[in-house]
Amino acid sequence: MSHGSPSSFKNPVINWIDTRLPIFTMLQKEYGTFPTPKNFNYLWSFGGIAMVMLTTMILTGIFLAMYYTPSTGHAFDSVERIMRDVNYGWLIRYIHMNGASLFFIAVYVHIFRGVYYGSYKAPRELLWILGVVILLLMMATAFMGYVLPWGQMSFWGATVITNLFSAIPVVGDKIVTWLWGGFSVDNPTLNRFFALHYLLPFVIFAVVFLHVAALHVSGSNNPTGIEPQTDKDTVPFHPYYTAKDCFALVLFLIFYALIVFYAPNALGDPDNYIPANPMVTPAHIVPEWYFLPFYAILRSFVWDIHIPFTSVVLISSKLGGVLLMFGSIVMLLLLPWLDRSKVRSAVFRPIYKKVFWLFVLDCLILGYIGGKPPEAPYVMIGQFATAFYFAFFLILSPLLPKYEKILPLPKSISEAVLKKS
Amino acid sequence: MAETPSPHAASDCCHDEERRDFLALTAGAMAGVGACCAAYPLIQSMNPAADVLALASTEVDLSQVKEGQSLTVVWRGKPVFIRRRTQAEINEARTAPMSDLKDPQKDEDRVKQSAFGGKDMPEWLVMVGVCTHLGCVPLGQKPTDPHGEFDGWFCPCHGSQYDSSGRIRKGPAPKNLEVPPYQFTDANHIKIG
Ligand code: FES
Repeated sequence: MSHGSPSSFKNPVINWIDTRLPIFTMLQKEYGTFPTPKNFNYLWSFGGIAMVMLTTMILTGIFLAMYYTPSTGHAFDSVERIMRDVNYGWLIRYIHMNGASLFFIAVYVHIFRGVYYGSYKAPRELLWILGVVILLLMMATAFMGYVLPWGQMSFWGATVITNLFSAIPVVGDKIVTWLWGGFSVDNPTLNRFFALHYLLPFVIFAVVFLHVAALHVSGSNNPTGIEPQTDKDTVPFHPYYTAKDCFALVLFLIFYALIVFYAPNALGDPDNYIPANPMVTPAHIVPEWYFLPFYAILRSFVWDIHIPFTSVVLISSKLGGVLLMFGSIVMLLLLPWLDRSKVRSAVFRPIYKKVFWLFVLDCLILGYIGGKPPEAPYVMIGQFATAFYFAFFLILSPLLPKYEKILPLPKSISEAVLKKS
Repeated sequence: MAETPSPHAASDCCHDEERRDFLALTAGAMAGVGACCAAYPLIQSMNPAADVLALASTEVDLSQVKEGQSLTVVWRGKPVFIRRRTQAEINEARTAPMSDLKDPQKDEDRVKQSAFGGKDMPEWLVMVGVCTHLGCVPLGQKPTDPHGEFDGWFCPCHGSQYDSSGRIRKGPAPKNLEVPPYQFTDANHIKIG
């Protein structure tokens, strides 16, 4: 930003505004000429895609809120009315409902990208932590959104998840009553979930802003994990990456549209088209697919830990499961310090590369187990998968760098790019 | 200020600085207390409202329930299981060794002893029908339901099994099914809550 110096945009109106409030200079600097490593692959498009998804969710959500009634007596019917009577209500709702899934797909790819290329390492730790905060907020928002249609899965999902807090010693039950505003999930709960479901996306938006601001301080990581050194290593963000990201976005939106138009209910649970009934639990409660790995971790803890030589339970299996589940997110927060490798990108870490793909496989297994009933052999598999999940963060990340032989690093991004071609 | 020449410049500055720190600290503390006071009514508003609390008791007529039958009623938005137990179920519950129980409690303590007119009511078992694990409604109220290995209730969510006294015997739930506060108003009626 040039202090006091007159802006030099051709359009006089833009010029007039920019001399008083230099937003156009800022945009030009951050999204126009912003120097960006020239070797991005398409995995780097998922941050922008996630941003588009967030916008889509907020936009469709605002319109759905115009027709939705947050009351236990009317919520289910108002959603059905949106589907049948409101003009294009079916379209807006299917975009919103499946948008949640697509948003999570984009964000999960974005996260795995970061893990593979070591994007969380110094100086980008805070950027990464803000990202994990966004993930947590997304989870809370998605969970509360799923409660709003007030179907069977809405009700019982809400019951099971809010009951997690009763595992907290001493004050647990008080907290659950406070969350519910009553003695079970009921009208007060639905009302506050609606209020918060409307609020949180804007909070996410604010944190995304900080996330991007932090990104523009450190600059983007890139597939080599080597910082750009000269102008030869970078290209201006526009038009190079605006074009590349747009192409990726179009492909992503085609995939999104296929789901919305051809399989709008494929990712949901049919039980949620049965109105909520507090007296009957569905035979098989499962969360939405994007929560399944965490659900599997929650259920993998089945022991009571006693104070040695007594029968006093120190950590009940219920509390243990909850701690593990939150612990799985804490691992992500700590990852910048758990991983001791000086080299960022898995491209130059032959063992880590394999371990990374095992980790991805492990998350998929956890997701599969989370959708299965808690019986043999699923419980056992889930326990091993949980153990590996934590081992990845607590054992492999800190210890691997001690034993791993790093492949020769290129001197600069442009050297790496030229060698390949 | 700093530029003003003063014979005691050095001592003044440090003295001042301490005072400023103190002022900043007290002001900060007061603001913190103020913020907490402002937050309190907002947080408190999320606890059960007066009308929700007012709905907190339910009367139940037991005269239609025969031995071996169950009844489910709603209390505070939750199902309450009422079961008129058979003698066999009572015996089973009373002979279970305490060492087998995860949350040890005598069957006698889970039913009304010397209730209406000083009579024991071992056949009437009244419990909140909410699994103490994560809040599902266990199966076992209907004769055709699964009852688990202990002739009681079975939670389909994560497989907790409760015995004929509603005590947790197997599975992830940490506690026995809760016995709500209730009284016999006469031989055939109870008031829950
Ligand atoms: S809720 Fe009953 S076993 Fe988990």
